[in-house]
Amino acid sequence: MGRIQLKQVKKSFGDVTVIPPLDLEIEDGEFVVFVGPSGCGKSTLLRLIAGLEDTTGGVIEIDGKDATSLPPAKRRLAMVFQSYALYPHMTVRKNIAFPMRMAGLDKAEQDKRIAAAAKALNLTDYLDRRPGQLSGGQRQRVAIGRAIVREPAAFLFDEPLSNLDAALRVGMRMEISELHKKLATTMVYVTHDQVEAMTMADKIVVLHAGVIEQVGSPLELYRAPRNKFVAGFIGSPKMNFIEGKEAAAHDAHTIGIRPEHIDVSTTEGHWHGTVGVAEHLGSDTFIHVHGVPGCSPMTVRVGGEIPVRHGDKVFLTPNLDHLHRFDAKGLRIA
Amino acid sequence: MARSTTTRRKIITTAAAWAVGLLIFFPIYWTILTSFKTEAQAINDPPLFFFFDWTLENYAVVQERSDYMRFLWNSVIISGLSTLLGVMIAVPAAWSMAFVPSRRTKDILLWMLSTKMLPAVGVLYPISLLFVKFGLLDTRTGLVVVLMLINLPIIVWMLYTYFKEIPGEILEAARMDGATLREEIVYILTPMAIPGIASTMLLNFILAWNEAFWTLNLTAAKAAPLTAFIASYSSPEGLFFAKLSAASTMAIAPILILGWFSQKQLVRGLTFGAVK
Repeated sequence: MGRIQLKQVKKSFGDVTVIPPLDLEIEDGEFVVFVGPSGCGKSTLLRLIAGLEDTTGGVIEIDGKDATSLPPAKRRLAMVFQSYALYPHMTVRKNIAFPMRMAGLDKAEQDKRIAAAAKALNLTDYLDRRPGQLSGGQRQRVAIGRAIVREPAAFLFDEPLSNLDAALRVGMRMEISELHKKLATTMVYVTHDQVEAMTMADKIVVLHAGVIEQVGSPLELYRAPRNKFVAGFIGSPKMNFIEGKEAAAHDAHTIGIRPEHIDVSTTEGHWHGTVGVAEHLGSDTFIHVHGVPGCSPMTVRVGGEIPVRHGDKVFLTPNLDHLHRFDAKGLRIA
Repeated sequence: MARSTTTRRKIITTAAAWAVGLLIFFPIYWTILTSFKTEAQAINDPPLFFFFDWTLENYAVVQERSDYMRFLWNSVIISGLSTLLGVMIAVPAAWSMAFVPSRRTKDILLWMLSTKMLPAVGVLYPISLLFVKFGLLDTRTGLVVVLMLINLPIIVWMLYTYFKEIPGEILEAARMDGATLREEIVYILTPMAIPGIASTMLLNFILAWNEAFWTLNLTAAKAAPLTAFIASYSSPEGLFFAKLSAASTMAIAPILILGWFSQKQLVRGLTFGAVK
């Protein structure tokens, strides 16, 4: 079981309030991602759940029991850190065994779990090495192994992939997702990368300046962002925002249209402009178009390869079914 | 142009380093040299640098006149125990300052160091009185305590700088893994800081070994370490340089040998944190 409830949880450092009172429910077995720009309080929130920081107010319940003042060790949570935080003086085997040693598990059980974790994480050949002799991805796997063997109520991940190179990151992302499917244990995952959030989460919590902007499934956030911040943060490339006359025509202060919801033509369209940069990825083409009133440059995504170059004139037409409208405060107009 | 400047600079710095090195080494060299001279040669004018009749006579006399082994043993016990005790107290102290600093931590560190700026003689009287009162005069126990106390600020400072280098996340990981504070210090922090702790202990051992003010003032015969052994050769009837040198050489030899073999640790310890 791993149900985590935050009730009016608050955190201040001195006079600075990092997290104003906040409520959140994490269901058992859920994969929840905290996402937001750096300094939004997502790591602090995770550390509050872990017990590595003390709350300034509010209650944290784990499986219905008040855990607010329990020390980290008593919360039955396992954490994977950004820096891996492996014990450099211990072999991989001892690193993985450490939490079980602290819990006083007998040797046979320890060995059994180490073998199972090592097999699951492809670490069997590395058990007698030290962390210093491993690559970044292997270190991350050791950190995950150390978390698994405890059979915790929930896993906490603090930006676990941000020290890995891009290719490895995609691989590890899959591995963590698969691990979640296999273990069906609650996972709380912090990242600033919205792609990670979109691909891994059952539920995304978008944080901004310590405040929860929106909670929902990846597609809910994509389709119906509650405000401009979420709209701009979720989705890549970012949503285009248009203010002024264009927006007023739709009874809104600002309208938003995602790059993939704009059609490109060389002959006719709603807007026209000049291509600034065209990024040809093969599978997609991203075009940055200058000269659209109220939004410059406008980013457009076209599936596949189209032959546009810097300086070309293009016509753009938004798909009105996917238009987002926001009021002067940046809130969504339904 | 650039190349000739760097070459010249290299020559100058090398020469300067050698000059400083020789300057520092000279007294030791002279002491060792003198210990092999006769008393007459020792005060010869002009001084004799190498060509004289080498003799072991001084060592024989010193050995005969005083029990070197007893002094040596006292030195080993006092330096060793005061170092151990100091480290045992300083590890938790430095841990708390490095990992759970308060607003006053920096002040406390500075204040601790400031006690080292006090002339030791300023507290000689109160300390002596305490020693008399508790019957600690001329005991190893008394010296262990005093030497531990005077070196404690340095131990705490050194350990503090080492601990600062250990990433806090590793200790947090240990906490998440269920380690108690004691287990965290015993299984994680201490093993990771062993190189640092080793060089701290080494330096402290050397400081305690060489400490002369308290060892001379608070001992008479029983607990007297090698510093007292040296001092006993600067007699009021006149100076016997050769014998004094022989005694000094015998007193510094163990620590010189220790220092020689642990050079690497020592240099690393003293420059730790300066280079990453």
